[in-house]
Amino acid sequence: MGELPLCQRMLLSLPSSFRVSHSYWRSQRPLPLLSLHLLRNPSLTSASPFSLLGYCHLSSLNAAPGVRRSKFRAHVATDEVRSTVSMDTLLPQFEAVIGIETHVQLSTDTKAFCSCPSQYGAEPNSNICPICMGLPGCLPVLNAKVVEYAVKLGLALGAKINLDSKFDRKQYFYADLPKGYQISQFDIPIASNGSIELDLPVELGGGHRRFGITRIHMEEDAGKLVHAGGDRLSGSPYSQVDLNRAGVPLLEVVSEPDMRTGLEAAEYAAELQRLVRYLGISNGNMQEGSMRCDVNVSVRKKGDEKFGTKVEIKNMNSFSAMQRAIDFEISRQVSLHGEGQASKIVQETRLWEEGSQRTITMRLKEGLADYRYFPEPDLPNVVIEKAFVDEMCSSLPELPNEKRRRYEGMGLSMQDVLILANDYDISRFFDEVLTAGADLKLAANWIMGDIAAYLKNEKMTVNDVNLTPEALAELILMIQNGTISGKIGKEVLVDLLREGGSAKSIVEAKGLLQISDPLTIAAMVDKVLAENPKQVEEYKSGKKKLQGFFGGQLMKASGGKINPTLMNKILLEKLNGN
Amino acid sequence: MSMGSSLCPAFSTFTKHSPLVFNRNVHAYPFLRNCNCIARGYSQKTVDSNVSVSEAPTRPHSEILRIRESLLSREKTAVEIAEDYLSRLKERETKIKSFLYVSEHALQEAEQLDKMVAAKSPLGPLAGVPFGIKDNLCTLDMPSTGGSKILEGYRPPFDATCVRKMKEAGALAIGKTNLDEFGMGSSTENSAFQVTSNPWDLSKVPGGSSGGSAACVAARQCTCSLGSDTGGSIRQPASFCGVVGLKPSYGRVSRYGLMAFASSLDVVGCFGTSVMDTAILLEVISGQDSLDATSSLLQVPSYSSLLPSIGSLETKPLDGLRIGLIKETVVDGVDSGVVSAIFKAADHLQVLGAKIQEVSLLSFSLGLPAYYILACSEASSNLARYDGIRYGNRAPADDLVSMYGNSRSQGFGQEVKRRILMGTYALSAGYYDAFYKKAQQVRTIVQTDFKNALKDCDLLISPAAPTAAYSIGEKTNDPLAMYAGDLMTVNVNLAGLPALVVPCGFTAGEGQKLPVGLQFIAAAFDEERMLRAGHIFEQTIGDLCFVPPLL
Ligand SMILES: [Zn+2]
Repeated sequence: MGELPLCQRMLLSLPSSFRVSHSYWRSQRPLPLLSLHLLRNPSLTSASPFSLLGYCHLSSLNAAPGVRRSKFRAHVATDEVRSTVSMDTLLPQFEAVIGIETHVQLSTDTKAFCSCPSQYGAEPNSNICPICMGLPGCLPVLNAKVVEYAVKLGLALGAKINLDSKFDRKQYFYADLPKGYQISQFDIPIASNGSIELDLPVELGGGHRRFGITRIHMEEDAGKLVHAGGDRLSGSPYSQVDLNRAGVPLLEVVSEPDMRTGLEAAEYAAELQRLVRYLGISNGNMQEGSMRCDVNVSVRKKGDEKFGTKVEIKNMNSFSAMQRAIDFEISRQVSLHGEGQASKIVQETRLWEEGSQRTITMRLKEGLADYRYFPEPDLPNVVIEKAFVDEMCSSLPELPNEKRRRYEGMGLSMQDVLILANDYDISRFFDEVLTAGADLKLAANWIMGDIAAYLKNEKMTVNDVNLTPEALAELILMIQNGTISGKIGKEVLVDLLREGGSAKSIVEAKGLLQISDPLTIAAMVDKVLAENPKQVEEYKSGKKKLQGFFGGQLMKASGGKINPTLMNKILLEKLNGN
Repeated sequence: MSMGSSLCPAFSTFTKHSPLVFNRNVHAYPFLRNCNCIARGYSQKTVDSNVSVSEAPTRPHSEILRIRESLLSREKTAVEIAEDYLSRLKERETKIKSFLYVSEHALQEAEQLDKMVAAKSPLGPLAGVPFGIKDNLCTLDMPSTGGSKILEGYRPPFDATCVRKMKEAGALAIGKTNLDEFGMGSSTENSAFQVTSNPWDLSKVPGGSSGGSAACVAARQCTCSLGSDTGGSIRQPASFCGVVGLKPSYGRVSRYGLMAFASSLDVVGCFGTSVMDTAILLEVISGQDSLDATSSLLQVPSYSSLLPSIGSLETKPLDGLRIGLIKETVVDGVDSGVVSAIFKAADHLQVLGAKIQEVSLLSFSLGLPAYYILACSEASSNLARYDGIRYGNRAPADDLVSMYGNSRSQGFGQEVKRRILMGTYALSAGYYDAFYKKAQQVRTIVQTDFKNALKDCDLLISPAAPTAAYSIGEKTNDPLAMYAGDLMTVNVNLAGLPALVVPCGFTAGEGQKLPVGLQFIAAAFDEERMLRAGHIFEQTIGDLCFVPPLL
């Protein structure tokens, strides 16, 4: 290693007054693995041919970023939750501390640093170019949309926007990382110090929560490894690299360790998903990996100041999986405490296994990985003007929490508020129905009742049906003013959901207008009474229940169109009058 | 798709550096007699007003303009010109070895040009000009190796922006020139493929890392060439080979397609046999590029039209120009032949009317270690992409980590490995503050120092290297001695300034006399002033001939 002192020797001439105390890293770390290889193998021998484009074949991948000698362990870890008996008494003595790092894939048309489309699900290696492949001589050029989206999310989370931030290189070797570094933001993220507010589900106890957001930064995604013969690395003879995702823009949102339960963590993620959907910056889809959450969990005795050893959990692709994974992990850690085995809680990354409903060891973290961050020299600083931030601020839509507070203020119950506000499309639809003049409670009931049932049944979203907010408002109004009956309304709604159009035109086309003319109704009553003399006799002799029979006859005769209130009034007059 | 995928100027500005106050000393020229320069034989001459202009006819003319005239006057066809160059190239190549690859298409392209000439179609400014391309610049129709085994046979799917612009201007890409692997070296001996000789003395190095591009122009194997300069890689070989070398301001020329060595220092530049030729080339290759976020939005001046013709020169064409001679570059340790050539050049500039003063840049000696730390740090990152996965040579192995290790240890040469290791070390946790961060602070000081010096002076001058060309093999086992040779040039890269090297004299060695270049340094994006001074200097320095006699 004769080279290293040279570096130091060259620095001897620097005056010591330049020394600074600012420290980026706390721990010290050895030289990375790959460079050591360089030293060990200085000889030149023959080289194999290479593939320029498309799939790349690798025999047996076994390195993962930032880890020395890592191997996936396919079996369940030995430390399982053993005694459930004592857990009921044990759990309340402990408190979990949960922090979440979320990667949100932005829905920009093009990638972060080149003009390739960033859409999901294309043929492998079809959305790639020299830049996102990391060919020699290629340079990144920042997509301005990424900055715009980052500022929007930062503002929505009430974070401080850094008007002068920069990009850094995070360096590690992996087959899905074309340049050998990820362009990310290290010490100066685009936004920091925000918070997120949410309302827990009423049926699970309810409550309002506010969790801190440490930072939001911009970065690029890596490619994807496709393991031959299955979706797992272990046992796969070779892997292929798909670079479609390489360079797709991400925002990483880091929370404060403010959550205490699996439910809070899942609701935090759900609220973040809601937020990015409201903002239109990501589809937030967890199954597709557009939103990925890495959760850090530790437990400590209630009242303790010191955090316990934190364990990272990955591989949860739904909110409920998140909740179950965290609750499992809390139980596992508390149980180890209970058995006096707390030392078995180690810094590691664990995978959530949906099949067995538990977390298993993926890899141990031996000290902090050294990513050798340094400022990205290919990109100028990201300098944002105040006016731009103001413009973004004024263009923000009503955010989920604001919407919930508004609905609450309008007099809806929290249960209704959550149902209506939690889905962006539903809330938008609801607001438009109100704008079109419908009654608040009736509109809420129709949407949460018949429409929700229909959507659930047909496995559709409110965007997929042909019902327009205006048509629903019109329908509600027609029922309210007696133009049609509620019963007919339900039929018309189904037509509107399927075919679209206006409520009025359907009612008219099908002749469904309610019969509300007293003379017409009186004539119909007369006819029914005349056709059923025996029942009229019985009624008059005291069998008052028969009013229902006459009502049924009238409904049948009118095809359900008769105004029930008027009908009953006239029917009673006729029966009692004669 | 239309959703802005490109840089939005509103969000980004050119890299800024916080100002730092630093003392500097500027000595006016009349006080020079008290310094060690006098002891080395530097004397004030009496000013003879007409001496220079009368010598004009022997001075280098623009080869580019001559080719253009030949084509337009039908004196020669583009094919004839290309054949001339190609036969000279082949004949001299056995001795010089400046090319890694010679184009198979140059003659066909020349034929196309002749058709355009016949059809009286408008010709580009570089029509029919054969040029060489440093092999770390990507070319679509020729392999691009960066001088490295790891990219042996690699063919990029695109042309570097500067190459594309040259081709669009009508120039004929004649081949790829030799270099130190990925630009890491100062003698071109670190090429994985061959050692290039200096046309002035075949036992000497041509300098580096753009040694092939300098040697091929000196040997008249092509009219001009493209190179890159990270710490002197254009200027030092220009000085060693007796040609004009131009390193533009950082951001003046797009880096797209240049295999990155140290991104914050790398610039694309050019070589020619006259200042006029480099001015014409600069005009062609400069300008903002949507593929390089660090390229400048500043307008490109018409550099060549700003250069006066010899006949129109006044008696004191540089009258009023304030030129600072950097004191630290003409001190003990610098070859005395080099120093005396520079003093003679300074004398001549004074004769031309310039006001020469000595300038001290206190940060000068700090630049070299800071440069090596920054350049190696960036290199360790920039070269991470050569991992054997997507392109380049892959060494067989059973697992990924071994594949990386084998491919990189077999693909990279010793100097590249040394620099990757140094850079990795400098960026590692626990060392970052002591190395990388401190070097960045030095960089800021160097920038400030230059800025202040260039407030009092219009231009600065210095040698381009502490010695003339040295022998092949002389420094290959002593990296520090090799690094020390970059002393005169690295500070300019740290500050992002433009610099021009013009042949100004010779040192008398044991055998063949070797050329010495004079380095002009200007303020950022002030290439015009530098080119004008360099042009007038070159056109008036008398009967010095910078054509290698061996040819
Ligand atoms: Zn791309």
